[in-house]
Amino acid sequence: MIALDQVHKRYAGSPVAALDGVSLEVARGEVFGVIGASGAGKSTLIRLVNALEVPSAGRVTVEGIDLATLSPGGLRALRRRIGMIFQNFGLLSSRTVADNVAFPLKLAGVPRAERAAKTAALLDRVGLGDHAGKYPAQLSGGQKQRVGIARALATDPDILLCDEATSALDPETTRSVLDLLRALNRELGLTILLITHEMDVVRAVCDRVAVLDRGTVVETGRVADIFAGAAHPVTRRMLAGVGA
Amino acid sequence: MNTWFANVDWSDIATACRDTLAMLGGSLLLTVLLGLPLGVLLYLTAERQISQNRAVNLVLGTAVNILRSVPFVILLIVMIPLTVALVGTSLGVVGAIPPLVVGAAPFYARLVESALKEVDRTTIEAAQAMGATTRQIVTGALIPEAMPGLVSGATVTAVALVSFTAMAGVVGAGGLGDLAIRFGYQRFQTDVMIVTVVLLVLLVQIIQFAGDRLARHVTHR
Repeated sequence: MIALDQVHKRYAGSPVAALDGVSLEVARGEVFGVIGASGAGKSTLIRLVNALEVPSAGRVTVEGIDLATLSPGGLRALRRRIGMIFQNFGLLSSRTVADNVAFPLKLAGVPRAERAAKTAALLDRVGLGDHAGKYPAQLSGGQKQRVGIARALATDPDILLCDEATSALDPETTRSVLDLLRALNRELGLTILLITHEMDVVRAVCDRVAVLDRGTVVETGRVADIFAGAAHPVTRRMLAGVGA
Repeated sequence: MNTWFANVDWSDIATACRDTLAMLGGSLLLTVLLGLPLGVLLYLTAERQISQNRAVNLVLGTAVNILRSVPFVILLIVMIPLTVALVGTSLGVVGAIPPLVVGAAPFYARLVESALKEVDRTTIEAAQAMGATTRQIVTGALIPEAMPGLVSGATVTAVALVSFTAMAGVVGAGGLGDLAIRFGYQRFQTDVMIVTVVLLVLLVQIIQFAGDRLARHVTHR
């Protein structure tokens, strides 16, 4: 579904590579986590998948399409099939909750009546049916992320990218957002790629995980296997931070 | 009243008020129409932005800086041939508008640019991730999100334009500033000076009050 093949990324003016030969594959319908400390290259990695960043070398393919070969229009069409949610939500503060969710539909030229019906259904699905007319500033962090999820799902994507989606939330809210992601994964067959620095998040929702350290993947495997016996010292160090 | 304000011709004052308001309204409208796209371009072409373009950014930025560093009184005089070419006269309200706009639009463009820079980067990234075109990002996300700053910037620009219109009186633009200079200053008619200055102060207060109200109205943060 998503494949990174020997991807390098170096930012102009930076002496070290953000990503240094990363390869990984995410299968259709799975929840795949990438864990790493801050500065490990997680943000860069997830942004390669919808071409918010382009690799310096190597190949990124989504459903078999090499992103580097896409025209600007082709890329925009592909991006509509990849939803994304963010640590600090990225909601439009000038629009209501309903208008935020409808925004990607508006961009895609969906007629007004259809937008309204779709938006209402999505807000109900994430449990915010009563908040449609509010502005994001009137919501709690967990509610904002639910709006983010509803918005990301508006164009019926096959893939959802989660960029530290629960890092700004308290543990209880984190749990409910992760439960929602897991449910959406099952109901819709949604493929989810998430990045996080928290092992708890990986354990709660991921099928497989890759451990990223200073721009390279040091370990990949099923979550259960990794928790049972991590091979790499970086992974063990991360596991040591998690309460049993 | 007549003994206190012996030199004041109230119908002159009324005409001057009308002229000042006409200059202000016309030049503010054109300043926003020109300054907004210019500010958007400055923002978009800057380093690490969506349409990064060093050459365009450098040319626009330099042009804006040059226009902003010319004192307005000098700009008024230098612009006379261009003004005549554009609107047929360098006198009166109509003749004042081109230099007012050329003086204020670069100023407003910088205010627009800084208002856009305040927009949360994630919001722009989210719009990109949804497959928005640059135009859709600008009209659907950037400008609406920056609206409070754009309104405050227009308010600051309008107040600057009030003092510019007063200066435009020097080259025969009419208006309250013209009255203050010709009667209040050159003929030592202190009462005329006081009346015009009080009216200008009132005008600035009204602009600021209305601008603040409007900015609050468009803020949902």
